[in-house]
Amino acid sequence: MVASTATVAAVDVLRWIPLIPLSAGLFNVFFGRRLGSKTAGSIATAAVGVSFGVALYVFWRLPATGVFRDLWYTWIESGSFQVNIAFQVDALSSVMLLIVTGIGFLIHIYSMGYMAHDDGVARFFIYLNLFIFFMLLLVMADNLLLLFVGWEGVGLCSYLLIGFWYQDPKNVIAGNKAFIVNRIGDFGFILGIFLLVTELGRQGIWTLEFTELQKHVQLITPAKITLITLLLSVGAAGKSAQIPLFVWLPDAMAGPTPVSALIHAATMVTAGVYMVARLHFLFILAPYTLPIIAVVGAATAFFAATVALAQNDIKKVLAYSTVSQLGYMFLAVGIGAFSAAIFHLFTHAFFKACLFLGSGSVIHALQGEQDMRKMGGLKSAMPQTYWTYLIATLAIAGIPFTAGFFSKDLILWKAFEDKSYGLWSIGIITAGLTAFYMFRQLFMVFHGNLRADDHTKAHIHESPPLMTVSLVILAVGSIFSGWLGAPEYLWGSVWDQWLQPVFGGGHAAEHAPVTTELLVTAITLAVVALGIYLAYARYGRAEAAVPATAGGIYRLLLDSYHIDDAYDRLVVRPFTVASDWLARVFDPGVIDGLINGVAKLIRGFSLIWRESQTGNIQHYLIGFLAGTLALLFYYLRQQ
Amino acid sequence: MVPLEYYLFLSAIIFAIGVIGVLIRRNLIVVLMSIELMLNAVNLTFIAFSNSLGSMDGQVIVFFVMAVAAAEAVVGLAIIISVFRHRQSLDPQEMQLLKW
Repeated sequence: MVASTATVAAVDVLRWIPLIPLSAGLFNVFFGRRLGSKTAGSIATAAVGVSFGVALYVFWRLPATGVFRDLWYTWIESGSFQVNIAFQVDALSSVMLLIVTGIGFLIHIYSMGYMAHDDGVARFFIYLNLFIFFMLLLVMADNLLLLFVGWEGVGLCSYLLIGFWYQDPKNVIAGNKAFIVNRIGDFGFILGIFLLVTELGRQGIWTLEFTELQKHVQLITPAKITLITLLLSVGAAGKSAQIPLFVWLPDAMAGPTPVSALIHAATMVTAGVYMVARLHFLFILAPYTLPIIAVVGAATAFFAATVALAQNDIKKVLAYSTVSQLGYMFLAVGIGAFSAAIFHLFTHAFFKACLFLGSGSVIHALQGEQDMRKMGGLKSAMPQTYWTYLIATLAIAGIPFTAGFFSKDLILWKAFEDKSYGLWSIGIITAGLTAFYMFRQLFMVFHGNLRADDHTKAHIHESPPLMTVSLVILAVGSIFSGWLGAPEYLWGSVWDQWLQPVFGGGHAAEHAPVTTELLVTAITLAVVALGIYLAYARYGRAEAAVPATAGGIYRLLLDSYHIDDAYDRLVVRPFTVASDWLARVFDPGVIDGLINGVAKLIRGFSLIWRESQTGNIQHYLIGFLAGTLALLFYYLRQQ
Repeated sequence: MVPLEYYLFLSAIIFAIGVIGVLIRRNLIVVLMSIELMLNAVNLTFIAFSNSLGSMDGQVIVFFVMAVAAAEAVVGLAIIISVFRHRQSLDPQEMQLLKW
């Protein structure tokens, strides 16, 4: 078990990290529209920038094995049970803090360029700031309830931003879908919290704080822990788009592209991974839950990667790719490699945000065109977008010395080390698929001939500097962020050292020989190289870039195995039919009948009783007299 | 010296006459007079007890009761006049509008 944190220092700047974006958002609620889109955007961006600065300061001051805590006020108090509005920053939270504020800041800058011509810029930045606030609440909470508040809050912002262009009903439906599917996961999550609290309460410990939970979880019986962790992982699967609750993420691409980058790639969808890592002390006590998570993760990684092979929408490819990469993180969590999972989360935030913003840049240049079959040859017209996209593609494919190489390789190596050879081979195959679909995309978009119509062709331009500067910074991060977690045979991992006080371990025992590790890496690289070659062979040449295949498997993948159809048939339609029956038969018949029945019953009685009310005052006086006499009689009898 | 019980019996009889008058008479003025009768029956008991116990309290309360009775008579008669102007009748059996 992990030794509980050594130093706890109180720092009261922590509260400002989430509060600054919140106040900027509130400010824009009142004045955003009046000040114009540029000012509103600048205020929102500056707020996140300041937040990032404070986060950097906290990170710099954070001792190696310590926790910063900022108790703001007590929210709920009931006997010995107490829930505080309190923030805590340890090694894990600090990393998440930097990702959320740092990447968030870059995406805010980008959005100022991307959304410049939109009518609802102020509204957009209000939502975005609100999202940053809730996400910070989520990663800085010192107890499960506050984490849950943030969890629900980011879900709400995700819904608002997916349906940002609400004039198109398709977007609204996509937002609803995301919200409802997340709600299913959240239901499991909150049941897990309830069970955890009551089970610990049965042992006399009423708490939701992570440090207290960590001290006392051993008191719960293993069976109950398994149930709790299973329920919690349902919540994680909902938020992090794992099988079977992943269906909302591809549809979530209906939102503006910066939203896809921030919420549906870099931050919110990783909340599930973060939550499991935050509660790692609970999960490692559940021997049955972790393998389930690992298998779900591996299955999701493989499944989503195959679907991404056939997609033609530039953002759909990236969406399925995100699902697939989240699967990797789940796989890592499931084999107990929490540090590796958070590491992949960290690097993924850079290259996936870069890819999404790059695709946004392309969509921007092509007047909203998202179909890759109508792109091609953009390399010369958009050099900055192309080069950053290329770097991020290399990173996600896992080319040596890019960020994705280090983090993905670490996960695969941990799986190998764990002797989970099945999971490991799925991971390797998925790495090959990833390389294939990413290079397929790169070739279809940037190489070959441009297949757009003439009108679009005339308007192609590189994006404004506001947008490209974020791309460049993220591309740099896509390479160097991975260097923090290099394997032992290179220069060793700063990353593991940093997170070691949180996750413990640092299993120095029987380290496998370096040659094995190198061999495993070599196998991965061979599969990746094969993937890239196949993509080049099929799509790399100038003329052949358009997919002509329309075979059965191709269509199966394009429709993502008809999962949406199946859900529609198995869940949505029975539900609609049942609702319809309830509305037309049950509600008027039983519910209304019950209520009207009660009313009729009372009316029946009243019809009898009201006869006693004649309006004749002398009748009333007789009653008055009888009552007085009865009372008199009663009291005289008593004496 | 007349014994206390005589006064109490007399007062009870007057009170009962007042009650019956209130309950059965068909003329509001008589009803009002019956109420006065009840009040004065009570006054009589007060005086009788005051005398027999040698205390002034009962007599003080009687003055209060008389003051209240005077006020009540004023208001009551005013209402009766007003009702009569509207309906040309003082029969309480005909005033049954104040119900469901």
